[in-house]
Amino acid sequence: MLELKNITFEVGEGQEKKAIIRDLSLTIENGKFVVITGPNGSGKSTLARIIMGIERPTSGRLFFDGQDITDLNITERAKLGISFALQQPVRFKGIRVHDLLQIASGKTLDVSEACNYLSEVGLCARDYIDREINSSLSGGELKRIEIATLLARKTKLSVFDEPEAGIDLWSFQNLIRIFENMRREIKDSSIVIISHQERILNIADEIVLIAGGKIEKRGAAQEILPGLIGTTAAVDACERLK
Amino acid sequence: MLNLDDIQMEMLAEIADIHDVPAGAYNFRVNSQLAGRNTTANINIVNKEGVSGIDIFIKPNTKNESVHIPVVVSDSGIKETVYNDFFVGDNCDVVIVAGCGINNCGEHDAQHDGIHRFYVGKNSKVKYVEKHYGSGDGNGKRILNPVTEVYMEEGSSMEMEMEQIKGVDSTERKTIAELKSDARLVVKERLMTHGKQYATSDYQVSLNGENATADVVSRSVARDTSNQTFNARITGNAPCSGHTECDSIIMDEGKILAIPSLEANDVDAMLVHEAAIGKIAGDQLIKLMTLGLTEAEAEEQIISGFLR
Repeated sequence: MLELKNITFEVGEGQEKKAIIRDLSLTIENGKFVVITGPNGSGKSTLARIIMGIERPTSGRLFFDGQDITDLNITERAKLGISFALQQPVRFKGIRVHDLLQIASGKTLDVSEACNYLSEVGLCARDYIDREINSSLSGGELKRIEIATLLARKTKLSVFDEPEAGIDLWSFQNLIRIFENMRREIKDSSIVIISHQERILNIADEIVLIAGGKIEKRGAAQEILPGLIGTTAAVDACERLK
Repeated sequence: MLNLDDIQMEMLAEIADIHDVPAGAYNFRVNSQLAGRNTTANINIVNKEGVSGIDIFIKPNTKNESVHIPVVVSDSGIKETVYNDFFVGDNCDVVIVAGCGINNCGEHDAQHDGIHRFYVGKNSKVKYVEKHYGSGDGNGKRILNPVTEVYMEEGSSMEMEMEQIKGVDSTERKTIAELKSDARLVVKERLMTHGKQYATSDYQVSLNGENATADVVSRSVARDTSNQTFNARITGNAPCSGHTECDSIIMDEGKILAIPSLEANDVDAMLVHEAAIGKIAGDQLIKLMTLGLTEAEAEEQIISGFLR
């Protein structure tokens, strides 16, 4: 269980000071699939980065399974069982897909295990396992590899920042299937997804709508979703292509 | 078996991956003395006259054979210049493993300047692997100044892997290559400097024949207060193609100067150069830390991948 208590995140100094997140409190229960949505600039991605420890809140505390993790760094949080898929995956010269999956799994990973993770994200394992994670990979390929690293980590809390961005519509169903498998396979695991993609909102247990750094609405998907359709917090896939 | 002490054996493993007597031809030089030599029906090794060094003769049509010529310096105060010439006949396919390790626990500088010349015959294929390594906790410096000259006949190809990852205090590398038509040269250089080390690497590649191609790629990491200069020039004197790339990671208070340059003396010479210097990207560290590595572990992963 993840608890955010009175989280505020400010940037800038003096007159220039601006709050990105304002006194936000939120609990993510075990076993839940929560989608955080909201218009661009509402603070969604910042919130995800605060959960992982990439950004530190100006005030407020975070608790993971009851432990105060506010002062823990990224590595320490990762080791406790939090993982994070970046919105913009990173390229590495010389590091191969197999290496990254191995680092993610925290153990020696044989080729067939590594291949399983790649197949899950719809990549032909044989073609990718020895590829370098460099500029020869497209944005969509990187995004899928990013998701595969989270599959390899098998952590209790997985946070995805706009996992659908750059993934073509064909693989959308697969993406949703991946999330469903993760929930089933890792006991008590929770998934937090930052997205304004209607199809992802549709499968959420719970939707949290953020605007101006605050929670505007929160509740079961069937309660929240009807009010969001047609706003920038929930767009259908075709809409986003326009 | 060779009569070597533990430090010398460790150096051999480090520079040439040798744990026992290698198969094929070899010449081991330890503290300026011959420590072992083997020749084969196709590969002969003889001492030079007048200067220190050896001539290696590889008969035409020699295939799938190897030559190991590692050098170990473990006495402080040695300063030597060694000339090794390789005469590779036509239609050969061979692997040449060189490399030099200096272990200096003493007060005096230890220096090995190896001058290697390769005469590669028509349609021959050579793979050359060279590793340089330094260790020892003495105040004496470990200095390596290799000069490599490559003369390639028509249709020959040479792949050179040159690596200096650790422990060499000062190095001035100079590589000269001249290629005739249809010859192909691929150079992969890996360099890491740390502490107060200083390294320069200078390439002069001349593409003199039609369809000659060269690809010179260097990746380097400069840590601490070390200093590197990379200077690569490809000259196209015929319809040919050449590419040089220098890609560096700069850390701490390191300094790197990259000077790739091209000279075309033929309208059909196609030459390209690329150079990039930058620190490790924050996003790369963050990504690996989110997978559970510490910042230091993430840094090591990134560097070892980059220098792979």
